[in-house]
Parts: sequence; C-alpha cells; structure tokens
Amino acid sequence: MGRLLKLHTYLVLAFLYLPIAVIVALSFNQSRFGVRWTGFTWQWYVRLFHHHRIAVYAENTLIVAVVSTLIATVLGTLLALGLYRYRFRLKSALKFLIYVPVVIPDIVMGVALLLFFAWVRVHTGWLRLSLVTIILGHVTFQVAYVALVVRSRLAGLDPALEEAAADLGAGGYATFRYVTLPLILPGVLAGALLAFTLSLDDFVITFFTAGPGSTTLPLYIFSSVKRGVTPEIHALSTILIAVTTVGLLLGRALLRRR
Amino acid sequence: MNRSATSPARRLFELLLTVGPGALWLVVFMLVPALLMLEASFLQRGPYGRLVGPYTVANYLRFFGFTPEGYDPLYLAILWRSAVFAVGVTVITLLLGYPLAFAIATSRRKEALLLLVVLPFWTNFLIRIYAWIVIFQRHGVVNALLGAFGLEPLHLYPSWFAVYVATVYTYLPFLVLPVYTAVERIDWTLLEAAQDLGAGRIRGFLHAVLPQTLPGIVAGVLLVFIPALGTFVISDLLGAGRVVLIGNVIQQQFGVVRDWAFGSAAAYVLMALVLLGLWGYARVAGEEGLDRLV
Amino acid sequence: MLKPPKRPENRTAVVELEGVRKVFDGETVALDGVSLTVYEGEFFSLLGPSGCGKTTLLRILGGFEVPDAGHVRIAGQDMKNVPPFRRPVNTVFQNYALFPHMTVFDNIAFGLRMRRLPAETVRKKVAWAIELVQIQGLERRRPHELSGGQKQRVALARALVNEPKVLLLDEPLGALDLKLRKQLQIELMRLQMELKITFVYVTHDQEEALVMSDRIAVMRSGRLEQVGLPEELYERPKTAFVARFLGRSNLIEARATAPDRVETPHGPLRVRGGLVPGRRYLLSIRPEKVRLARTPWNRPNAVIARVHDIVYTGAENQYILEAPGGELVAYTLNADISEPGYEEYDYGEKVYVYLPPENLVVIDEPIGNEPGTATL
Repeated sequence: MGRLLKLHTYLVLAFLYLPIAVIVALSFNQSRFGVRWTGFTWQWYVRLFHHHRIAVYAENTLIVAVVSTLIATVLGTLLALGLYRYRFRLKSALKFLIYVPVVIPDIVMGVALLLFFAWVRVHTGWLRLSLVTIILGHVTFQVAYVALVVRSRLAGLDPALEEAAADLGAGGYATFRYVTLPLILPGVLAGALLAFTLSLDDFVITFFTAGPGSTTLPLYIFSSVKRGVTPEIHALSTILIAVTTVGLLLGRALLRRR
Repeated sequence: MNRSATSPARRLFELLLTVGPGALWLVVFMLVPALLMLEASFLQRGPYGRLVGPYTVANYLRFFGFTPEGYDPLYLAILWRSAVFAVGVTVITLLLGYPLAFAIATSRRKEALLLLVVLPFWTNFLIRIYAWIVIFQRHGVVNALLGAFGLEPLHLYPSWFAVYVATVYTYLPFLVLPVYTAVERIDWTLLEAAQDLGAGRIRGFLHAVLPQTLPGIVAGVLLVFIPALGTFVISDLLGAGRVVLIGNVIQQQFGVVRDWAFGSAAAYVLMALVLLGLWGYARVAGEEGLDRLV
Repeated sequence: MLKPPKRPENRTAVVELEGVRKVFDGETVALDGVSLTVYEGEFFSLLGPSGCGKTTLLRILGGFEVPDAGHVRIAGQDMKNVPPFRRPVNTVFQNYALFPHMTVFDNIAFGLRMRRLPAETVRKKVAWAIELVQIQGLERRRPHELSGGQKQRVALARALVNEPKVLLLDEPLGALDLKLRKQLQIELMRLQMELKITFVYVTHDQEEALVMSDRIAVMRSGRLEQVGLPEELYERPKTAFVARFLGRSNLIEARATAPDRVETPHGPLRVRGGLVPGRRYLLSIRPEKVRLARTPWNRPNAVIARVHDIVYTGAENQYILEAPGGELVAYTLNADISEPGYEEYDYGEKVYVYLPPENLVVIDEPIGNEPGTATL
C-alpha cells in the first residue's frame, strides 16, 4: 500500500508538471515548428519584447489586477467586519449573495455582466466595454473571496478583544484601527493575494467584459492560440510562470513571517 | 457578536459603513445582472441582436426541445453530454486526487508536497490549457515520442480525450485541497479501534477512514463538478469545435449568434442546475460546508 | 477570615439597577427583573453558579449588552444608549483580553492614549500602574511571554490606570491555580482599599466572595436570591439555595407546632421563635454549629446518631452521621488530643448530637428541594 501510494504520488506530480516543463523547454528551442530539440536560443524572448503591443497587454493586465484588488480588499474586509460585528435583517440573504460569485460557473457571471453593461450603456451611455468594465467584473468575484478569507480570520479572533478596546474608550473606528485591523492583517493580506492572483488568472469574466483596446495577456494568449501555437507564446508563458511562482513563494514567505 | 449599548442611529451608521459598500456592490453587479438576465431569458432576439418583447417562454421551450418545427432535443442532448462529461471528469479527478491528498497528508514533507501540487494551479489557466495543445497536437510531444519508437502517430487533438485530460488537469487541486484538510483531521484511533476489532485493511479503511474524509470529498467533488459543467474554454481550445458543451452554447449565443435571449435561458438552466446541487449540499453540510468550498 | 462589616447606610450610590431584564434569543431569560444598588467604595460580589446571570449583569454594566427592560444608572447618569467607550467604568475580562500585538506598556497605555493624554502624562500614569500591580521590568514584553499571574496583573493595571468610577471584574482569578489565586485575592483587596474604587466582582467561588467582599449578591436563574454582608448570608441565609451555596448546610424540613417548636424527621426541636403554628418551614444548621458528645446532653434538641463516615481535611474532622431523620453533617475543629473537651469519634460509634436552637436558622420556604434535605 505504502509503495503503491508513493508511486501514485510521483506519477500525479509528473502529470502536473509535464505541461509546464514542455512549455518552458520549447520556449528555448530553436525550431519554430514541432517539438524536436534543435538547439538553445533566446530569440523567441527577443521577438516577444519587440512585439509592439505585448507591453500594453501586460500593463492592462496589471492595471486591472492592482485596481480591482485594492477595491475588493477594502470592500471585502469591511463586509467581513460588518458580518462579524453586527446582527441585522437580511444578513443571511447577504451571506448567500457572497457565496454566489464563488460557486456559480464563471461563464454565467460573465454573460450576466455583459448583459448588465449593455443595458446600462443603452440607458445612460456609460460603461463602454473597457478596462473599467473588466475591473468592475473582477471586483465582483474578488469581493466574495476576500470577505470569506477575512471572515475566517475574524472567526478566530477573541470577541473580548474588541470589547476590551471599547471598554478602554476606543470608538468603532479606533477599535478597528488599533486592535481589529492589526490582528486580522494576515487574513487581509492573504485575501488580497488571492484576489490578485484570481484577477491575473481570470479569462472568462475578462473575455465577456473586455472591449476594444482593453486586451489583457490572457485574452492575447487565447486569440493567439486560436490562430495556432507559436514559440513566442511559449516564451510569454514561461515568463508568466516564473513571475507567478516567484510571487507566490514571496507572498507565502511574507505571510509566514507575520 | 456585538450587542453593545449605542444609539440606534449610530449603530445603523456603522452597519452601513461596513456592510454597506460591499453589499451595494454585490447587489448592483451580481443581483441586478442576474435579474436582467432573467428578464432577457423571457424576451426575444430582435434586429441587430437587440432584445425585444413581448415576454415569452419560447427560449426555454426551445432549450427543452420544443421548436416550431417539432421536437428536437438538441440542447437537452448537449446538456446531458455536459453532465456526463462533468461526472466523468469528477470521477477521474477523485481517483487521481484522493490517494494523492492522502499521501500528502500522511507524508512527513506535507508542506513541501502541498506546495508542489498547488504551484501549477497558480500558473495562468490559459497557459495550462495551451500546454496540452502542444503536447497533443499532430506534431506534438506525444506523437514525437511515438515516432521515435517507430510507431504510428495518434489523433489526439482536437478530441474528447484531450478535453478530458486538460479539464482533469485544471481542476485536480480543487479536489486535493479539501480532501487533504479532511485527511489531516482524521482521528486515527478509530482505525486502530476497527483493526483491534478484527477489521482487515480494506474494511478498516471503509468503516473508519473513508467516512471521516467524506465532508472533504463532497466539497472537492462540487468544486470540480461545477466548473467542469460550465466550462467553454477547455472544450473550445482542445475540442476545436468538435466538442460542444453547454458552456459553448452559451458563449456562442452571446458571441457570434447574438441571440442573448436564448443564451440567457441556457445560462439560467445551467445556473438552476448548479444552485440545485448547492442547495442540496447546504442542506446536508450546513453553513460550515459552504465555507469548506473556499 | 471575614472582613470587618461595612454597613452601606449613608453612602452614595454609584451603581443603580432597577428591574433589569435580559432575554437571549427570545427565550433564555438571563436576568429576570434585577434591582440592586452598589455604593461608592464597596467591594461588591455577584455570586452564583454558572448560568445564573451574573456575567450578563456585569456585561450590562460594561455596556456590552443592552437590557430588554429596566434602568441602569452609573454615577447618577442613565446608561441608556451610552456605548462602552463612554462609560465611567473599566473591565477586567475573564481571560484578560490583552491585546496580543501590543507590549505590556502599550496595553496599559491604550485607554490613556484613547483619551489623547500627552505622552509624558501617559508615561507617568503607566509607570504608576505598573508599580501598583508590581510588574516592573515587564513593560516591553508581549502577552504571550507572560505567565497567567502576570497577565492578570497587566489586565488589572490596564483597567485601573484609567481611574474608573467602578471596576468590573469577570471571574478574574478563574484561570489561575489555587496558590496564586489566594495571593492575588489578598492583593486585590489591598488595591481596592488603597484606591477606594468601587469593585463589582463576578465569581462562582463562594469562599472567594466571602473572603473579599463587603457585600455579596447571590444570584440564581437570573434573580437575586439574597443581598447582604458576607456574615449575614452565611449565618442567616434567607433561602435553602443560599444556605447550600455558601458553604455546607444541614437542611431539615419542619412543621411548626408552636411559635418556637417544630416537628422534624429528627424529632421535635426548639427554635428561636416567631413561627406560625401549623406552617411548614425549612431549618438550616451549619456543620460546624452541630455539637457532638460521647455522653447524653440531657436537654432538648439532642439527637442520637451513628458515625457513618469521616473525612479528615487537616483543619477539621468532618463526620457524616446517620441520624433518625437521615444524614447529618458535623465538623469539629482538629485540635490537640490533650485539649480539654476535644474528642475524636470512630466509624460506627454512637454519638450524641446537639443542635443549638440559636444556630437553627429558620427559612420560610416549605419544601427542601435541595438534595440531601431531611424530609418529613
């Protein structure tokens, strides 16, 4: 049993890393077509950097991720805090609303947002499909994740601590600023990290809410792949893999230090 | 829970300040779009793809096969196919992921192993799909290897097989994580008790270990089943038009076909299926069960 | 052991409760119409078993719960809608609730900083509080680096540094071991006398309450059972519950045959008088007030019994006796065997028991629903 389980583990790990290894290896392969190794080269990376729009796509992706993460972290943290502190009517309805973006298939959310933005545009002329609509869409699912992550951190918080702060003269804001926030900060940061990666990773919501001029890297990869596989995409993917891996390891290390 | 003495006005103010913005956001960008989509599903496609009245149930009738030209269960068949596909993916993921989660949770290097499993999941979703094209395409990795051994190339892309492999690959960590958490919490004394009472390995596992990991299994199964049921990117890229799932139908209605009314109806049928499953799950597992999905 | 009695007359009320009622989730009645006055400078204890409502009462004073009915006044001011951070009280929480991310100094300084006092004042006051509770040298430590006793002292300093009108203490010694408990009990009493701050002290430990308090309120199921000086509660319990909860008590059901005579399972007994003939009462006598002898007493209120069991506690011998009406418990002080009048009895020995009429407390409560009551 033990040996069999070990073999299974190694095989599944191989399965998990095979595609990534293939992409990384091929990004350095001289041959433009096929997968036969014909020699090492940097040329696909060089070409990628000369691609006139890649920098814009990367910038778009980052703008969306940073802005949406900032908004979602603030809203999600406040939401979790309110759910933790107060009892009110419609509380269970609100909790349900928070679970919805987490559990429904993303395509449903994508098309609903598309419909909504079109409806707003028809009636007001606002919300042309652009980076703004992508950000609005991303925040919508990120808020839910941040709220749930922060809420689990709040659940481990001794309620007497907030009471102690109030007892010592701290009002609602001071209690949050000097007691609650410092204690849930690891949860807030973990939520923000999750929101950020979800935004970087998202394709479906972006696909339905993007407009002309708001191409992000995932959208670019999608349209390129539909036209055929190229070594430049291998190079781009390798860079993205490296960035997310380093980012994730760094984020983990930071969170552990706290 | 805060029940402190304070004036009702101040309490309302604090509530609105904390819950208000997030709740408003979810209402505007989640609830309102869902309601608009509900309305759209009862409208009709007008000129230039516009939505026009009067209200009708024709979209739902069409989805369930009742067309003006007679009974044609085309979309029901696609829905059925999607469900079979999602079940298949879930079963394979479970067979691969359950032993893996078990091995990790009982390993001495579980931290490192867990990170190894999660790491590919943090690489961009599209890159992970795209990699399988490189592996399965006509002159891809698999066929190159077969060629090196003098074997005939296989037709792997585009195919159902490729869609299955990539979907399992994409959602495997969703199953491993909750099962891992459940295995970590196992009370091993129960297994010892079972073995003490003469249970063999298999019976000991079935009666003392499996039931304890059941909550993790159910959460993991849902986390794989729901996105697999709704996927359109994987089938689009690795099936290249030959594999049509319910997700592809919705995407086409909102894309090239521009029949948003019918697309909305199809999306609602999909959502209804998912929410039905979740409702059943929440009834059994309760609110903690829903938390396990995050 | 008991403190000298402090009579509450002619003193200023600092906490006033009037018909305070609290119901949780629409069904659990935590407080059922509690009216109570605590006077300035008093060490006042709320005593009762868990779930009796004592902590809820304290939380209402702190402002963490809102009463469903009734009035709360602190220092003459109505507390309706006054949030915790505007109340002239401070709390020492059950598990200390020290801020884990702050040093001892910052914990103690928190309340002062919230009042925006200048840094120099904060420093001086914190130094004063640190000296008061004797934790010099721990200023830069964090709560997780402190022992239980040290945490307790920090929690105390953090509350006292704000010079509250009333200090609320929620079972502050509950998590400490016995020895440390005794030590801190003495220290709390010293602090209270020195600072003359009103203490409202929640505890389930009757001995602690008896030792420390000026007055005690015994609570049961959300109601005040009896409020009074410790020796009042101990010597003249008004209910069977109080008699049982504060130390051990022999409870005997009785029916009055004359104003000073009752019929009991142990036979006819004399009491101090004032009873209504024909009415049912409950008699209570403390085990240490029960007197034993080897020879007959030759006076009323004597009962013949047999030693069923003996418990030696060091300071006293506890005899469990088989009397005609059931079990009786008697304690005798453990003295030198050569002391005149000192006797030790053996298992199964026949003893002559005397229940002095002046020590038989008459409780106007007909049925002894407490376990171990001698029933008619």
